[in-house]
Amino acid sequence: MTTEEEVVEMRTVVDLTRCQGYAQCVFLAPEVFELHGEEGLLYATAVPDDQVERVRQAAAACPVQAILLGEEVSTGAR
Amino acid sequence: MPGDLKDGRVVIVGASLAGLRAAEALREEGLTGSLTVVGEEPHAPYDRPPLSKQVLLGQATADTLELPMRRDPDAEWRLGVRATGVDLLAKRVSLEDGESLPYDRLLIATGTRARPWPNREEGALDGVFTLRTREDGAGLAERLAARPERVLVIGGGFTGSEIASACRELGLEVTVAERGPAPLVGALGGTLSKLAAVMQRNHGVDLRTGVTVTALNGNGAFTGAELSDGSRVEADVCVVALGAIRNVEWLAESGLAAGPRGIACDAGCRAFNMYGIVTDDVFVAGDVSRFPHPLFGYQMLSLEHWGNAVEQAAVAAHNMVNPGPLQRPHLAIPVFWSTQFGLNIKSVGVPTYSDHVVIAQGSLEARRLAMVYGYQGRVTAAVTVDMAKALDYYRHLIETAAPFPPPPGAQDRAIAADITIPSAVPDPSVLSHGPTVALTGHLPDRRLTVV
Amino acid sequence: MDSATLLARITDYASRPNPYPLYAELREAGPVVPQADGSYLIGTYHLIAALLHDPRMSADPRTRGEATHKPPFLRLDDPEHHRLRTLAMRPFGPPHSPGRVDGMRGEIDRIARELLEPFEAGRQIDIVDDFAYPLPVTVICRLLGVPHEDEPLFRAWSDAIVAAADVRPDDDSTKPDKAGDQARMEMGGYLLNLAEQRRGKPGDDMLSAFVNEPDPALRLTDEELAETAVLLLIAGHETTVNLIANGALTLLRQPEQLDRLRREPELLPRAVEELLRYEPPVHMRERIPHADIDIAGTLVPAGASVVLVLASGNRDPMRFRDPDRFDPARPDNQHLGFGSGIHACYGGPLARVEAYAALGALLPHLGSARLVEDPPPYRQNAMLRGPRHLPIHL
Repeated sequence: MTTEEEVVEMRTVVDLTRCQGYAQCVFLAPEVFELHGEEGLLYATAVPDDQVERVRQAAAACPVQAILLGEEVSTGAR
Repeated sequence: MPGDLKDGRVVIVGASLAGLRAAEALREEGLTGSLTVVGEEPHAPYDRPPLSKQVLLGQATADTLELPMRRDPDAEWRLGVRATGVDLLAKRVSLEDGESLPYDRLLIATGTRARPWPNREEGALDGVFTLRTREDGAGLAERLAARPERVLVIGGGFTGSEIASACRELGLEVTVAERGPAPLVGALGGTLSKLAAVMQRNHGVDLRTGVTVTALNGNGAFTGAELSDGSRVEADVCVVALGAIRNVEWLAESGLAAGPRGIACDAGCRAFNMYGIVTDDVFVAGDVSRFPHPLFGYQMLSLEHWGNAVEQAAVAAHNMVNPGPLQRPHLAIPVFWSTQFGLNIKSVGVPTYSDHVVIAQGSLEARRLAMVYGYQGRVTAAVTVDMAKALDYYRHLIETAAPFPPPPGAQDRAIAADITIPSAVPDPSVLSHGPTVALTGHLPDRRLTVV
Repeated sequence: MDSATLLARITDYASRPNPYPLYAELREAGPVVPQADGSYLIGTYHLIAALLHDPRMSADPRTRGEATHKPPFLRLDDPEHHRLRTLAMRPFGPPHSPGRVDGMRGEIDRIARELLEPFEAGRQIDIVDDFAYPLPVTVICRLLGVPHEDEPLFRAWSDAIVAAADVRPDDDSTKPDKAGDQARMEMGGYLLNLAEQRRGKPGDDMLSAFVNEPDPALRLTDEELAETAVLLLIAGHETTVNLIANGALTLLRQPEQLDRLRREPELLPRAVEELLRYEPPVHMRERIPHADIDIAGTLVPAGASVVLVLASGNRDPMRFRDPDRFDPARPDNQHLGFGSGIHACYGGPLARVEAYAALGALLPHLGSARLVEDPPPYRQNAMLRGPRHLPIHL
């Protein structure tokens, strides 16, 4: 069933240009962020509700402030 | 009338990373007028790097990659519709659905698309893929999940190498065919390309270098390919990773300086017209742009880099709503990364703008190193392998045009840190993958080294 | 005043409650301020950040000729630093143990709540002795596998080691610090003995993981294990106590920010980062150039002691707008509270989780609380700066 109200999904993206592999995000939200090898970072773009607080912590803790947590772009008519 | 710049109609053509970030930045910079974003793909802006990594590995699906917003840009999104032209005099963008959008200022951020297999019929075989869009990613991931016997990757650039890495991680047999002497050679030069070749072979990739693929076989479905050395590769999936084509064709009649290397613009992201005269109301950002950089001899750079899209979008947005004296130059040092075969490769500067290299820290044997690139006695680039925390130091050397080789005293200093070797960056024409950094002016005079 | 005496004035115990005016003087006199004892003091953000990433800057005291045996990885250079830190990371964090710290959240929250349970409104509590110290000690004991009842034993060793490691002017660096070395040896022997008891019968603790590593290439030698375990046990509680105590102190001094945090608890993670900027647990780190180097126009000779005042960089107006203001919603907060570069704090993620738990548990109690003494009495240590006691009336 569709409702008037759209469910807002939280998304995260990491600016890997800035990332230096401190891995603070992996410690704080290991279900969303993952080290691939010693310092390559992979992450799930879609953040489940129960992980939002952890990703918020990861974004705050990132030493190079490379993590953005936000709502997905709403492109609906306005 | 600088106040007027915050008002008026802004149109952005291109609804990917650069388009989104520019839209957000325009609002942050105080744009109060209307904002329209036109995108050919029918999706909200999404993140592409995971397509060759998480998506192929099955850790994420291609339809969950929408980018988060920094803020809602309060834009009208015209998605799934292609822009077909610009009338610079009438200041209108025409769309394929027949509509034309008036603008006071225009930002072009149409990016690139995957270079298709040159033979259209062969390229249409079932099982032949390119990788650029989320449909590409979803299709390829689905095919890999069905566990094909062998995957053929044509092109040993970053995308091709990352796809090969994902295949091996999935336990799939994979062949990489590269026209140059080694993978990544076009971006990183001779020494690191040898490491890349070793990594591929150690991880079980069937790496064929110095060969081209002459034909894709199959009757409806792809079954294999003929190579220029006379050999054959039997495979049921083929990924064509031959680099990118800039989306400029729609501007052919516009009078803008748009060509295969991108749309030329000045350091302030303002587009040039075909006479080399800078426009005041048309701006360019992201992969589709080519811009001069003072640290690299004012050569025009085209960068297919995530970070460049972000930085250039911010500069373009700022300059679109600020008068000349308050405008900013786009001077960011190019940076890119690639994760493959368990290694994290990061680059700062322009490695192809080099004549010599030196391993400044670490070693090839340790699979952990910092390689510094020099051109005519100054540092122009650095590449780290699993040593990303060193990159800021080398970036500083590039920014300050420090002498090459870099100064002594570094810890974990390679035994060979004083021995410079030719960077061996090949002419792009010998590669099957396009370079992700292209110097689109004259090439530095590296033909002096023995070929 | 003479800028060559800045280090002496900073380390003077009288400066402990508020060293920040001296840091402002340092930035003003800088960027590189030679000291009377031959060391160099640096307090501006961008220069500190650059030097923390400069591979020519050694962390190893032997680079300036200190006669000491091989230090733990905190004070080693690459590649040896990298090898040991990576081995020490295996049972603690990613890529091999990504869920370890996250998995301790429930336990840490419970310990924080239990510690506060006996205290009700109207009573007095010493935030340091009753809360900020026992919390991280309990956590690090569980994590490493050290019996909590041995606390008096390792507290004495830890005090001696930390005192020896403090930054002091006119320190004859070539003379080994006897008390510190003795404590390091005894504490190392104690921890090695604990690890030995777990050989073949591992528990879910880090000492067990170290001693039972099956791959000889990934195994620490006895000496390395002892040095690493000493480092982790000390660092695991000597710094977090400052973070938590400084947090309580800062919030009690700024009731409007305290109110804001109570209203918007989702700001807590950013408030902890702001705390790490505003009142960092570690104020200084020493580096030593391997070769003569030019630092912002000053030639600093190889082997010289260069003191990077992280806490001053955190208050640098050239980097942070309105730096002396505590702003839990501060944007772009790339502070130096956990250092930066290859030696960035190993235990930072654990400290953060402890701070979330501690401040989260304290917040409901702080609304009506007041400081009994302001400023509170401080610890002697200038490098690991924090209150020795923080009595508050609930």
